[in-house]
This record gives sequence, structure tokens and C-alpha cells, in this order.
Amino acid sequence: MLAAGHSRNPMHTRGQWLVLIVVAVFGLLVVPVLNTMPADSLLHFPDFLIPLIGKFLCYAIVALAMDLIWGYTGILSLGHGVFFALGGYAMGMYLMRSIGTEGVYASDLPDFMVFLDWKELPWFWRGFDRFAFAAFMAVAVPGTLAFVFGWFAFRSRIKGVYFAIITQAMTFALMLLFFRNNTGFGGNNGLTDFKRILGFSLQEPSTRVGLYVASVLALLGTYLLCRFIVCSKLGRVLAAIRDEEGRVLFTGYNTVRHKLFVWTVSAMLCGMAGALYVPQVGIINPSEMVPANSIEMAIWVAVGGRGTLIGAALGALLVNGAKSWFTVAAPETWLYVLGGLFIVVTLFLPGGVVSLWRRIRTFREQSARRADETPAADGSNA
Amino acid sequence: MKQREGGRHIAEPGQIDTTHGPILYLENVTVSFDGFKALDDINLYLDDGELRCIIGPNGAGKTTLMDVITGKTRPDTGAVFLGNTLDLTAMREHEIVNAGIGRKFQKPTVFTQHTVFANLELASQGGKGVWSTLFAKLSGAERDQIESVADTIGLRDRLPTMAGSLSHGEKQWLEIGMLLMQDPRLLLVDEPVAGMTHQEVERTAELLTGLAGTHTVVVVEHDMEFVRLIARKVTVLHEGRVLAEGSMDRVQQDPRVVEVYLGT
Repeated sequence: MLAAGHSRNPMHTRGQWLVLIVVAVFGLLVVPVLNTMPADSLLHFPDFLIPLIGKFLCYAIVALAMDLIWGYTGILSLGHGVFFALGGYAMGMYLMRSIGTEGVYASDLPDFMVFLDWKELPWFWRGFDRFAFAAFMAVAVPGTLAFVFGWFAFRSRIKGVYFAIITQAMTFALMLLFFRNNTGFGGNNGLTDFKRILGFSLQEPSTRVGLYVASVLALLGTYLLCRFIVCSKLGRVLAAIRDEEGRVLFTGYNTVRHKLFVWTVSAMLCGMAGALYVPQVGIINPSEMVPANSIEMAIWVAVGGRGTLIGAALGALLVNGAKSWFTVAAPETWLYVLGGLFIVVTLFLPGGVVSLWRRIRTFREQSARRADETPAADGSNA
Repeated sequence: MKQREGGRHIAEPGQIDTTHGPILYLENVTVSFDGFKALDDINLYLDDGELRCIIGPNGAGKTTLMDVITGKTRPDTGAVFLGNTLDLTAMREHEIVNAGIGRKFQKPTVFTQHTVFANLELASQGGKGVWSTLFAKLSGAERDQIESVADTIGLRDRLPTMAGSLSHGEKQWLEIGMLLMQDPRLLLVDEPVAGMTHQEVERTAELLTGLAGTHTVVVVEHDMEFVRLIARKVTVLHEGRVLAEGSMDRVQQDPRVVEVYLGT
């Protein structure tokens, strides 16, 4: 409920801030601390799970970005996988460069370039031996692509299903481009065999904990940024665009700019998530751009709850947790489970998992009211 | 927003020159669609602050007339001026809005997922760019304006209510309120009481008559009861021409009007 009277709604009540801080501290401390427990202890958090959780956190950032553009602005993108992958590639390029001469061919060039018999580094690989440059490009490249793409799409007033289809085409086209060896990003195999990041070995558990902590902080920052946006007057303009764009135009807003802004921010957040994802999973290749990946991102948000930031992040964690379990326990069933989950949520829980909370509360209140009435009925019988 | 460009004089709300009386002039305006004359050499003058009802059978040209005033349709010939100086035929739609003409369409469109307060806030004249909305803070003046408009439209105690849960009539008032937030001089209101209950019709009549004086209000309406309730001056359109003009009583007794419209 929007409190009447503030152009900027308070981002959180005091209680919500408290919950947020508790969750953040929990995320930042508990996993690393449990990880240091002796391996035979029940509480020991195994090393192999840390990058997995870190990966989920990256997906949660994507879900928040997706929710900003879909849940709040009503623009369904089925191409966010591209922004994620581009951020990943930018970080992957840095990780490739920091292998140095320790590759199979002991060359200064990345192995795949030696394999292709390239003699020198292509121009677009220059600068990627510096972390800061790669980190900047991980956000700037997806942002620029989104800005240009959005500029044309929004100016032409493309929306709804047509926009979703074009974004699918975009991710598919870029996937084909990245599959080619000549494009210069390792083709089919992508970029892998990373050795170290910022001088720290990627094999070291402590590096993995560090990446995990960075992911927690990034997720927290993303959440606060998204919250800042949706609680501002801009956030209300976005929701108004979602519900009645013609009226917003008629009220004197140039909606192209607002849409372009939130679309670009969303893409940049995805790029950041991709950059955090790659060192934790150890590989980036064009399969990250398959259209199905982008569709899955929309499913996370739908399952968790569109238009609620917590819901989107929760959806990403839930669906990916389930995916990890199913693909081990019963791999062939996973796609059916995912499809089934999507249908069930769409039909029976349009508000997503977070709306369950509200439903349970209403149900409790109703049964409490009924319980209040029942003793009276009993009394009249006695 | 460019205020001056290419020699055109685009005034801010309040800069309309009405020193010679009328706020809106339409002279010899003709609009034809594929040979059909929707407006046929029509003349219309609106005095500053008056409340004018425009009636007429279907196809009389009422909507086309509104479209010409708001810049949605360009006249083939004729002049349309706001005050003495603003040539509406040379201005674009949003320039006309900013010059002080607000139009309410027949179907109420409010932002259903927002509160009444937020609806009015979004319609206010504050900055509308990305950054100015991202860092917007509500000024005391804006809040006062929102509250006074809410008073005017009778929704003061509904400010925290979601617009989606308002009744049909309340949505219409809210939309009029959203127009008022833009501080228009001339309000064009299209069939405001369609689908309203009897009480709502009465309150709408009070609202519109209350706005007249400080605003010039043009109401296009089918509901003759409602027109009788509010009208001081009525213009009857028929086949793109002004058939009769004057007080409701006079117009009603005009035999030509009786023949084409009231009599049927």
C-alpha cells in the first residue's frame, strides 16, 4: 500500500530494514563460518556447495533485473540471457588473459587463439588483462546493446508479444554469432580453464568464499537499487506505463525515456550478475545464450511473484534449487517439472509464491473469525 | 519542452490573451473525410469562464470538433485560436495540452494500481523526465494542490484508496481531477455522465458548474436531463453545422432543433 503524502515512499519500514539486515548478515557470515567447521561436523558446509549457492545468488540478481522491466514496467523480455552472457564473456576474457603463459600451449595468447593459428590478440581483446576494464565492460557492453536495441524498439512503439519475440530473436542471433570460431570468443567451447582472479587461485576454497561474499553484496546492492527505483515517483510512472501507457503519454510524459532507462539498468544488472557467475562456474560459452535460458529467467520471476522484488529473488532461488536437485535425482523429468510448475503458478497462483503468504494470512483470519463464532453456536446448543 | 520555436507563440497556462472576450475562436472551420463534411464551415466562440453544452445527434460532428480543438484532427480550412494569439492549428497535441486545454475522454482511464493520491501526483505539472521523477520530492505546494483538487472532485477522503476500487463515477471525477492538476483554462469533457447513477449525475453537475468561472468548460453530452441541469448556453450541432445556439429553453423551442434532435 502506498502511503499517501510522499513523493518517495519510504523504502522499508523499520521492521523490514531489520529483517533485511538479519538476512544480509546471515548470508555474509553463516555460510563462510560453517565452511570452516571441521569436515566431519554435522554443521560443516561443504566446499562444493559454495559456488553453487553463489551461482544461485547471481540468478537472483538477474531475477531482480527482470522484475524491474517485466513486473514493474510490464515489458516482457525474453532476451535477458544475452545481457547475462555478455557480462560473463567480459569477465571470462579477463580470466583468460590472467592465465598468462600457463595454458596448454604456453603462449601469451589464449589457447583457442593458438589453436586457430592467430598470431596476435584481436583489437577487441585489448585492455581485458586489466580487471577494472573488464568489470567496466561487463556492465557497459550489455548496457550499450540494451540502450541501442531499446531506443529503436521503444521509439517504434513495439510492445507486448512483439517485443518479447524480437528479444528472443536477438539472443538467438547473438548465440549463432558467438558459436562461430572467427568471432573471436572461443566459439563452441567458449572461454574456460581459468586459473586465477586478481591473483587469487580459483581452486582455493578461500577464493570461492570471497566470490560468494561478493555475490551476496552484489545481490544486496541490486535489491536496494531496485527498491530505490520502484519506490520513487519514477517507479510509479513505470507502473502507470504498465497499466495504461496511453494515459501516461497524454499526461505529458515521454514514456520512451522512462522505459529506456529501466531497460538499460536492467541489462546492466544482468551483465554484473554474469560477471560474478563466470568465475564461480569456471566457464562461459554460447549455450548461455540459448533462447530457453532467457525464458527460464521469466519463469523464475513468474514463480516467485511478479512486481515484488523479494518474490523475484525468491523465485530464482527456488526454481534453481529445484533444478539442481531434479537434474541429479531424475534428469529426464526436469523440463516437465519446470513446465508444470509454470502452468500451475500461472493458473492457480498468479501472484507467485510470495502471494501464498498473503493467502495464508487471509485464510487464518477467516478461520479465526469462524472459530470465534463456533463457541457461541456451541453455547446455544448446550 | 520547447516553449518557443519557429516563430510560433506558445504560451504557458495563464498566458492566454482573452482581452477581447472569447477564450476560443473557431471560424469557418471545415473538416472533411473522403468528401464527407464532418464539420461544414462552422463558427464557434466560447467566452472565458462559461459552461457550454454541445449537443447533437450522432454524426453531428461533436467529436470532430473536440479533435480539432485538441489538435488531433487538422481542419481543411478555417482558423482555431485560443485567446487572441495562439493558433491551435499550428500546434502539436502536447503543446496544446501545455497551453492549457485539457480533454477528458468518454471512457475513464485512471491508473488502477495506484492510489488516488498517486494518480493526482502523476498528473501534476512537476518534472516529467527520468531523473526528475527518480529523485522527485513532493513539495508543499504540490501537496496543497493535490488536496485542493481532491476537495474539488469530492475525493478528499479517498486519497489513499486504490483507483481501481473506485466506482465508475468516482473514476470519472478522478480523471477530471487529473486534468485539473495541469491547471487548464479550457476543459473539454466528453459524455461525463454516461453510465452514472442518479446521485453521481447530480454531483457531476455540481462539480462542472463549480468549475465554470475559474475555468471554461465544454461538455459534450447525450443525456438531455443532465444538459438541462447544468447548461446556461447550449450549442446544437447538426451535420457539421451549428443549428441553434442559446439558452436551453430557447433551443428547445426552436422548430428545427425539435425536428432533428429533440423531437425524435
